[in-house]
Amino acid sequence: MKILVCISHVPDTTSKINFTDDSTKFDTNGVQFVINPYDEFALTRAIWFQEKQGASVTVVNVGDAGSEPTLRKALAIGADEAIRIDATPTDGFFVAQQIAEIFKSGGYDLILTGKESIDYNGGMVPGLLASFLDIDYINGCIGLEIENNNVNASREIDGGVEKLSASLPIIIAGQKGLVEEKDLKIPNMRGIMMARKKPLTVVAPLESTSTTQIQNFEKSAEKSACKMVDANNLDELINLLHNEAKVI
Amino acid sequence: MSVLVYADSSEGKFKKTALEVVSYGKAVANQLDTELTVVTVNATQPEELQNYGANKILNVNNSDLNVFNAKIYAGIIIEAAFTSNTNIIIVSSNTDGKYLAPLVAARFNAGYVSNAVEVPSNTSPFTIKRKVFSNKAFSNTVITADSKVIGLAKNSFGIKENPTTAEIEEFSPALLTSSIKSESVEKASGKIAIADADIVVSGGRGLKAAENFKMIEDLAEVLGAATACSKPVSDMGWRPHGEHVGQTGKPVAANLYIAVAISGAIQHLAGVNASKTKVVINTDPEAPFFKAADYGIVGDAFEVVPQLIEKLKAFKAENA
Repeated sequence: MKILVCISHVPDTTSKINFTDDSTKFDTNGVQFVINPYDEFALTRAIWFQEKQGASVTVVNVGDAGSEPTLRKALAIGADEAIRIDATPTDGFFVAQQIAEIFKSGGYDLILTGKESIDYNGGMVPGLLASFLDIDYINGCIGLEIENNNVNASREIDGGVEKLSASLPIIIAGQKGLVEEKDLKIPNMRGIMMARKKPLTVVAPLESTSTTQIQNFEKSAEKSACKMVDANNLDELINLLHNEAKVI
Repeated sequence: MSVLVYADSSEGKFKKTALEVVSYGKAVANQLDTELTVVTVNATQPEELQNYGANKILNVNNSDLNVFNAKIYAGIIIEAAFTSNTNIIIVSSNTDGKYLAPLVAARFNAGYVSNAVEVPSNTSPFTIKRKVFSNKAFSNTVITADSKVIGLAKNSFGIKENPTTAEIEEFSPALLTSSIKSESVEKASGKIAIADADIVVSGGRGLKAAENFKMIEDLAEVLGAATACSKPVSDMGWRPHGEHVGQTGKPVAANLYIAVAISGAIQHLAGVNASKTKVVINTDPEAPFFKAADYGIVGDAFEVVPQLIEKLKAFKAENA
């Protein structure tokens, strides 16, 4: 089984979010970039298939040279090879068009990725890939087993879980549960050394279009200070929730 | 050319997100000076959507569609869009909406914006404000394609009554086939799902043991709320993973979020900061959650929560 894992290179959750150039660009100054947390679940599950079932794992990212440390980290975790599509991503449409081309030319059986990235939260790449490649996909996946061509997956639904069966090729957009957080792989020294020798191929992007364009960003409004209520005066809390916030 | 909204239902009944997305669709239709068409699947009372501004309701009745399948449902929406000659399609950015919207967008060669929080600020160029960076910021995004798919963030517009008289049509589109088969659907019965809840009561590690979550359940019951928890609590197995709220857990966009004995790690806050009103109960006055909260109580959950339950019961009795 040949697995393609889509990796997004995103600011760490704890990053301060600021904008520059008249609020048209994300300010990367002092920001630590990491593998998108949802993609980490996908990557770890892919490595599990590699270790237990002999699958090969390729990671792919659409990005400039700045995303190479993230791809090297994925190689250190255990991916066999990495592909960087050398372009600054403009929107999910653009990214999905680029990755679809890699899938078509690489003979892959499975795409594993996170359900969304934690920067733009668009959540569109897996579904667009499914359409562009005309194969099925499962979103919000929290469990995945594959034997031969048979796929058994579960996905989170509102207030429950749905179990699904399907067949390869397929696109799986995962989240926590695809693997447990405690099982997420972290690179060890041997992995880091080996990653240096693994292939990281840079390919030119296809000519493709975007369908959206970010005009500018706004930061969320500063929150007013928390109103403290005395623990012995819970009637006051109920009064505030009823008359001020109007939520009960 | 009308605006098309997909209103989803569960066991025949419209979800709150469906009524919200129809309310929003009406506002967009008014802005464009056009009519609102709504497509829905197996709704038992499609006429209910008249109250929220639908001019035309396309209701699909087919027992094969009782279980959601993103590809097949996307196909229905696409055919409804062709039937109603629209190029603006609106869905909720809820679990199923996020699943099917990109399929609709791809088929339509449309620009797709999820997590929208307002009606377009401009219709030429078509500009939508959406949440980004896990609710820490917004982007004003222009959809440059002729066709547009908008996903509406939950609880961002509200449900607005707008009575109309709608034409209700039985709609029988050709159904696509999918190799994905639903084997089983398990729903926790009698419990309010976090995604549907207006109020969520959440407990953290400070509650010390799984059995102490009984008081969280009791508080939730009196408020008609869903229960949730922080990541360490689900990791320790005190509560099911489905209740974990945070960056990699469930997002909560409730009207009221009550956090009991949760200090407020940044990953947890990322999952709840779309909630309108946040109440924090914690023994530690330095807990970071107080900075993100609207109302705070410094106190021991084991003393505060039982009292709060009693006082809420009395309040409910008075205001019933």
